[in-house]
Amino acid sequence: MIAEAGLAALWLAAALSALQLALSFGLGGEQGREMRAVRAVALAQGLLTLFAFGALIAVFLNSDMSVLLVAENSHSQKPWIYKFAGAWGNHEGSMLLWVAVLALAGAVVALFERRLDERTLGATLGAQAALALGFFAFLLFASNPFERLNPAPLDGRGLNPLLQDPGLAFHPPTLYLGYVGLSVAFSLAVGGLIQGNVGPALARAMRPWVLAAWILLTLGITAGSYWAYYELGWGGWWFWDPVENASLMPWLAATALLHSVNVLAARGGLRAWTMMLALVAFSMSMAGTFLVRSGILTSVHAFAVDPTRGTFILALLALYIGGALTLFAFRIADVKEGAPFELVSREGGLVANNLLLSVILGIVFLGTLYPLIAEALSGEKLSVGPPYFDSVAGPMALVLASLMMIAPQLRWRRDAAPILPRLAPGVLVALAVLVGTFILTPGIGLLPRLGLAIGGGLLPASLQPLIGRSLRRTPLATWGMAIAHFGVATAILGMASDSAFTREQLAAARPGETVEVGPWLVEFRSVSPVAGPNWTALEGELRASKGSGVTVLKPQSRFFPSPPTTTNEAAIDTSWNGQLYAVLGEQDGQGRWQLRLWWKPFVTLIWLGGILIGLGGALALVGRMARERRQRIRGEEAFA
Amino acid sequence: MTVKPKHQRLILVVLAVAAVIGAVLLAMWGLQDRAAYFFTPSDIAAGKAQPDRAMRLGGMVVKGSLKRDPDGLTIRFTVSDTHAETPVVFRGIAPDLFKEGNGVVAEGRLDANGLFVADNILAKHDERYMPPQMAGEAAAK
Repeated sequence: MIAEAGLAALWLAAALSALQLALSFGLGGEQGREMRAVRAVALAQGLLTLFAFGALIAVFLNSDMSVLLVAENSHSQKPWIYKFAGAWGNHEGSMLLWVAVLALAGAVVALFERRLDERTLGATLGAQAALALGFFAFLLFASNPFERLNPAPLDGRGLNPLLQDPGLAFHPPTLYLGYVGLSVAFSLAVGGLIQGNVGPALARAMRPWVLAAWILLTLGITAGSYWAYYELGWGGWWFWDPVENASLMPWLAATALLHSVNVLAARGGLRAWTMMLALVAFSMSMAGTFLVRSGILTSVHAFAVDPTRGTFILALLALYIGGALTLFAFRIADVKEGAPFELVSREGGLVANNLLLSVILGIVFLGTLYPLIAEALSGEKLSVGPPYFDSVAGPMALVLASLMMIAPQLRWRRDAAPILPRLAPGVLVALAVLVGTFILTPGIGLLPRLGLAIGGGLLPASLQPLIGRSLRRTPLATWGMAIAHFGVATAILGMASDSAFTREQLAAARPGETVEVGPWLVEFRSVSPVAGPNWTALEGELRASKGSGVTVLKPQSRFFPSPPTTTNEAAIDTSWNGQLYAVLGEQDGQGRWQLRLWWKPFVTLIWLGGILIGLGGALALVGRMARERRQRIRGEEAFA
Repeated sequence: MTVKPKHQRLILVVLAVAAVIGAVLLAMWGLQDRAAYFFTPSDIAAGKAQPDRAMRLGGMVVKGSLKRDPDGLTIRFTVSDTHAETPVVFRGIAPDLFKEGNGVVAEGRLDANGLFVADNILAKHDERYMPPQMAGEAAAK
């Protein structure tokens, strides 16, 4: 019953999105009437989709095995949190989540957007409805989550054990909120281009959405990276897997957009470029969905290998991206020129930021799609991995980080003051670190060495915009920028430290033997069986000591009966200066166990940096919204 | 120098185009020698793979071929695509789903004697997963 209600809600919501699209074409004639209708339709559509998503969660929680999706992906003997999160741990459920966020975002725009004139808002909501309609069609015709199974099996096949982790409850929804939040920026750009109204008002309407989406993407990527790090047991935190790239590409575009939308909002400049980025950012989200959902690339995440769906999403992608770019090409000549600025100015710095981010985006995009292109053209099968991405994107990221030492300190429009004194703290620290690494650790690679130096220099440089101001009266947005840039420096230091100083030890040990890794002495005590709620495991006990400090690690090798799978649960000990990471392998014929140990100095800075970046974004968002609210209230008082 | 708005847009467009071309050139340079080609044992038997170049090898682990060296860490096995076989050596912890008779994708290099030295054995996340390259081979049969 619940499943049918959910499906009915989806059909209704799809019909409403078609209605919204039709209504928004006729807008702007009679004052306000149609706008009220569109608002109501958008709200109803959002609520119905939310209801459908709730219905899916309900059938998963009830373990209703007569629903095909539940039978294939769930199991009645599973902790409730994984039944709940398992609702989106599969293709259909995650697409429903995607559409639900899309429809809700549309409803929020319809209800609360007051900065835009009615025509532009109408066109924006029309664009949002057109996006929703396509994805509703995809759900209903190619991936119905509520399909029944007759006869119903006694129990389900279970959820992939690697996904049975609290990370599943947090990581995909956060990323999806971020992906789809960018849809509003896309729709606003389409609305602005259709109505020829591209200016600061549009940018101010777009900014909170970009900022919010970007914060969520940042946190989602950070969480996903840590999840992969501890769950996959490979000791790595980023694998340049196509699915990871699929989340990185919208993030790169959103980061560029976040910076350029500020130029448009504050100075009226970079109009065409900002519109382009808004279109590209959501296009990257959709392309990411296509890459993940079609299973077209060799990927550890590719659980939906289905050509029909791939073709369907590809058609949607071609329609939306092609349509938006065509619109851009036709309308961009009508967009007014922005305010002029000199090369050395805040605007100039932001243009450089945008160009570098676009280059990195291009590099990642080409690397991710190259295997497809090569196979289509020459039939050769190949894969592009870390050696390419590290050596091509890494240096560009460092150039970008160097630019971050000075650009935030430049003035808007023109900056004639000498640059060097402002650049000095960062450069001096970077040089000191560089010299220090040559003396202390001459053997490390070039890229990690430069990473340590530039990351170190960026730490003080990122805080310089706060210096010489009254800290209490500094806008929250400036605080946010400084903290986010400080977070970038922190993350770069973590990445560089991990690749420069990680120590790895692979050993076959009998209980009682000791293995050395970095500064740690690890004694292998024993292996004993343990049982969890829906798994059994062999658990190793390791006693690690460094000087006087002693810690116990318990890596496990877990066996899940449904579906029958073994997974490695790494044991990680975090101290202030790094992590000790242990994986238990197999036993050989002679009573020895394989042990893999890593000592990773300051690796935690990577994720701490990610959190700081998100926190900086959150401060900026709160600051901007509070300021706008104050201004609106003041404006209303003046009017009264 | 203050740039006129008209020229400013031109400069921005030129910079953007230069950046895109730069990205493409940089990417092409990187892809030239950093992309790992995917080979099957038949490709190697036909001499298509150059020794000492990063590549991926895919196929099935031949039943009964898995041997462990006395150090307890090095494993040796044979990968087959039913037409040809390639011997593989790997030092490390093999992923959970690595078994005789299962599909496998190994990353590494071919040495001068035709032995594939793997630095990494790719984990497959579940038993239904098969790399597209392998799926294509299986479908062709």
